[in-house]
Amino acid sequence: MKRLLPIVALATVCNLASAEQLTAVSFGGAYGAAQQKHMIDPFVAETGHKILFENYSGGIAEIKAQVESGNILWDVIDIEVIDLERACSEGLLEVIPHDTLPPGDDGTPAAEDFSEAALSNECGVGNIVWTVLYAFSNDTIKGGQPSTIADLFDTKKYPGKRALRKRPQVNLEWALIADGVPKEQVYEVLETEEGQARAFAKLATISDDIIWFDSWSQAPQLLNDGGAVMVQSANGRIFDAIQSEGKPFEMVWDAHLYDLDVWAIVKGTKKKELAMEFIRFATGSKPLSGMPEVAYGPTRNSSYAYVDKAVIPKLPSSHLDEGLKASGEFWADYGESLGEKFNEWLLK
Amino acid sequence: METSSSLSVEEILSSKRVLKRKKRLLLLFTTPLLIFVFITFIAPIATMLYRSVYHPTVSQLIPLSLSQMKNWDETQSALPDGMVLREFSLELRSLAEQRLSGKLAEEINRLKPGSSSLIKSTARKLRKQKPEQLQLTGDQFLLASHKKWQDIELWRAIKRAGQPFTDSYYLTTLDLTRNSAGEIEQRDTQIYLKLYWKSLKIALIITLLTAIFAYPLAYYLATAPSKIANRLMVLVLLPFWTSLLVRTTSWIAILQTNGVLNSSLQALGIIDQPFELLYTEYATIIAMTHILLPFMILPLYSVMKNIDPSYLRAALSLGARPIPAFFKIYLPMTVPGVSAGALLVFIISIGYYITPAIVGGTEGQMISNIIAFHMQSSNNWELAAALGSLLLALILALYWVYDRYVGVNNIKLG
Repeated sequence: MKRLLPIVALATVCNLASAEQLTAVSFGGAYGAAQQKHMIDPFVAETGHKILFENYSGGIAEIKAQVESGNILWDVIDIEVIDLERACSEGLLEVIPHDTLPPGDDGTPAAEDFSEAALSNECGVGNIVWTVLYAFSNDTIKGGQPSTIADLFDTKKYPGKRALRKRPQVNLEWALIADGVPKEQVYEVLETEEGQARAFAKLATISDDIIWFDSWSQAPQLLNDGGAVMVQSANGRIFDAIQSEGKPFEMVWDAHLYDLDVWAIVKGTKKKELAMEFIRFATGSKPLSGMPEVAYGPTRNSSYAYVDKAVIPKLPSSHLDEGLKASGEFWADYGESLGEKFNEWLLK
Repeated sequence: METSSSLSVEEILSSKRVLKRKKRLLLLFTTPLLIFVFITFIAPIATMLYRSVYHPTVSQLIPLSLSQMKNWDETQSALPDGMVLREFSLELRSLAEQRLSGKLAEEINRLKPGSSSLIKSTARKLRKQKPEQLQLTGDQFLLASHKKWQDIELWRAIKRAGQPFTDSYYLTTLDLTRNSAGEIEQRDTQIYLKLYWKSLKIALIITLLTAIFAYPLAYYLATAPSKIANRLMVLVLLPFWTSLLVRTTSWIAILQTNGVLNSSLQALGIIDQPFELLYTEYATIIAMTHILLPFMILPLYSVMKNIDPSYLRAALSLGARPIPAFFKIYLPMTVPGVSAGALLVFIISIGYYITPAIVGGTEGQMISNIIAFHMQSSNNWELAAALGSLLLALILALYWVYDRYVGVNNIKLG
């Protein structure tokens, strides 16, 4: 035993020397915890590399600053598709060779296993399908329950505060749908001046009853403490509150706006190969199948084999027909000008 | 001279040398600070000022198209000629290969919303074309790929974005814009002037409120027996030493609809309906007044502490009534403290960011929140720089006015 000890020590040192450290960032909360459990920890256990897992609040400002200054602190990032589009075409992300992704556990080649949207951008690999919907509490709304987006805008039928995230995205789409625009035509209408005016006018009908919040974490809290009777939320946050805290919340799937989160690699990182290795691992059938724990759908078909059947109906991927795909392209075009108009409208 | 009678010339010279050496030594000691201030304060501000007017991105991305576009008169209603279009298609193609088309798209999109996806999708199509072919028919390819390329406004935007030095960000901060004929006119969205005005108003109200609250308290602290004064001072300083974030978030607990304040008022039967305080301008003002109060109390206290109480007593014993005596004798002596506190509170509050972001909702936002928006969300760092520069200019102008009418020499911190 005594003789073994130095050998063991030497082996550990060697192992440490060859192991590299990777920095990955994501959105934290229950989602980050699920990623830690199903993607980060298994990867570390299998390869011996270390991963520093940090939080950020989205957007591309920090990535831009890192790439432009050449001081790359992050290697792998979890990014919303709405930002991916922009970051990729501005040269802030590495191109990911999609043909090196491993096949699903059932043998389906990656190209067929992944949903089309998951591989539609050359800089990312889809990680989850998530959605923005609105939810209410059975404690505050009794009797007739709201079921459509129009109900969110109906303060006569459902008096009380509505909590919405303070930005034009989602809110303008919902306003148009509630005003009678068919889902398929929303972005077409929103491109025109009249369409934008129409959306703001619809929002204005409930402006006295809106509470604006900034961070997704505020949504379940506002619903819980009675600050609002209906809240806009990322579906996972409400699901988590129902599942782990037993809150009497209900989700309304009508006109939810779904989108993807993807893994991407920051341009110019020195650990590109390792980052790629991590992404290949993290988007495998098994790690992806852990995401439904927080009600975000996996992007691979083969992952569903591992998912608890009771959870599947609660995933956004089971409600795609009722929803609408958020348009990254539209918001790349109009995000800034509508952002300004939105701020102006708020000041009125 | 009197000194020359007792000191020789050499002695004077040597003493001057010693003095000089001492001064140099002192300068040496302050050099690290000067370098620090330069690197962390002056240089970033200079870069920010420069960034707000100098913006070479587009002129670096498509230099050839822009130089050919010089001959095109954008006030006429004709598109640039085929040569320009062919050159542009070639440059856009090479940008697409280097994955820089998105950068160009974002810049043009800022002047003509809606063109970002057009440029990006055209760039993707161009990548599949051969350069030799584009040299001949690039213009036709461009015009055929999307009808928006025939929009003359788009080309005007490209030409305008190509100027490396621009005043357009400053025009935007003043809610102005340049139309296609080059004249300055009002923008469709009117937002920034309103916000500057609002920030100014909020900062003034906060300064006034802190002065009203701090003055009697500081007076009491300065005149009370030191045992009581010291204990009360701890009450002033304790919140001051607490994290800003903690103090701000505790205001959420107090102000929210079913928070401490509303539920106590309801329990006492004073109100039936809860007040809406959180996420309003009032919330910003209340929370910031509380947070900035020590900045007013401390200078006031230190000035009042040094005022001899016998002045006021003398005035009273000479027959002055208490109130006129206060205004004529005591108040003028505390002006250095009031002005120091007011200047501190005003300048800190006009650029305040965290508290309005947390408790202000949409009503209580200040200009700094919009600057942060452009830094973090819209990535329009040039506009953020212009907004910041204007805020800096505003503060300097107010400081100048203040110096003229009150006098900076009047400030006393202790």
